[in-house]
Amino acid sequence: MQFILNPWPWYVSGPLIALVMAFLLYFGKTFGMSSNLRTMCSIAGADKFSDYFKFNWKDQLWNLTVVLGAIIGGFIAVKFLSNTSGTNLNPNTVAELKNMGFQNPGATLLPNEMFSLEALSSPKTLILLIVGGILVGFGTRYAGGCTSGHAITGLSSLQKPSLIAVIGFFIGGLIMTNFILPLIF
Amino acid sequence: MKAVKFLLVGIFFGIVLVKSEAVSWYRIYEMFRFQSFHMYGIIGTAIASGILFLQIAKKGHIKSIKGADIYVPKKDNGLARYIIGGTIFGFGWALIGACPGPMYILLGTGVWSMIIVIASAVLGTFIYGLLQKKLPH
Repeated sequence: MQFILNPWPWYVSGPLIALVMAFLLYFGKTFGMSSNLRTMCSIAGADKFSDYFKFNWKDQLWNLTVVLGAIIGGFIAVKFLSNTSGTNLNPNTVAELKNMGFQNPGATLLPNEMFSLEALSSPKTLILLIVGGILVGFGTRYAGGCTSGHAITGLSSLQKPSLIAVIGFFIGGLIMTNFILPLIF
Repeated sequence: MKAVKFLLVGIFFGIVLVKSEAVSWYRIYEMFRFQSFHMYGIIGTAIASGILFLQIAKKGHIKSIKGADIYVPKKDNGLARYIIGGTIFGFGWALIGACPGPMYILLGTGVWSMIIVIASAVLGTFIYGLLQKKLPH
C-alpha cells in the first residue's frame, strides 16, 4: 500500500492523465476542463449579454459531471490515499520560498500564506486569489483551452494552435514566477 | 446511468492529479523556476502516451464506445488568441498554482479558498465573452 499512499512518480502519473483523455475520447467526448467555465456562465444567464454564451449548455452536462467527479476524487485522494509525506521539493526551491516568507514549503499542497481561511482576512491575499482566478478564466477562454485541452489533448493530436498556446502558457508562467511573484512576496 | 461513467472518469482524474502532485502550488512554482523535472516528466509522458493512443486509434485499432472513429476536434487557426490568451492564462496559472482542472480538485481536498478562485475564473470567462468581438483572434 505504501506506493499508493506516497506521492506517485511522474512516469506513472503522466500516462494516467493520458488515460483520462483516452477514456473521454472513447466515450465520444473531448478532454477540456476550461470549457466548463463557459457552461457555468451560460447556466447563470450570461447568454443575455454575449452571443459567446448562446449554446445549448445541456450538451455540456457530461463535462460538469466530470467536474463533480474531480471534486470527489480530490476528497478521496487526500482522505484515503495519502500519508503525511509532503512534497519532495528541490532544496533550492524550499530555501527560496522560505526567503520569500513561506513557512513550510511542500508540507501541504498549497501555501497556507495564500490559501488558508485565516489568510483570507488579508485584502492582499483576497486580491491575489481574485486576480489569479480572473486571469485563468479570461486567458483559457481567449486561448480556447487550458492544460487539458491544449497541452494534453492538443499536443497529443499534434495541433499547431495548441503548441502556440502552450508556448504562451510558459511565457506567462515564467514571467509571473520569475519576475512578478518576487515583487508580490 | 450514462452520467456514472463521467463521474468515475472525474474521480479518477481527481485522484491522479492529487497523487501526481500536479495540483501543488509548489510544484508549479518549481516547474517555472526549472528546479525540478517532476512536472515536465508528467506533462511529457502524458503527451507521449496521448500521441501513442491517438496513433493506434487512427490506424483503426481503437473505436469509440459507439463504434465510431476516435475524433479530436480541430482547433481554429490563429496566432494572437493563442499567444496572448495563453500568456494571460500562464500569469494566472503561476500565480494561483492551479489550472481549471485542479481548481475543482483542490476544492475537494478541502481548500475552501478555491471557491473564490473558481468564482473569479467564471467572472474572467464572462469578461472574455463580453470583449470577444473586440479582441484579436
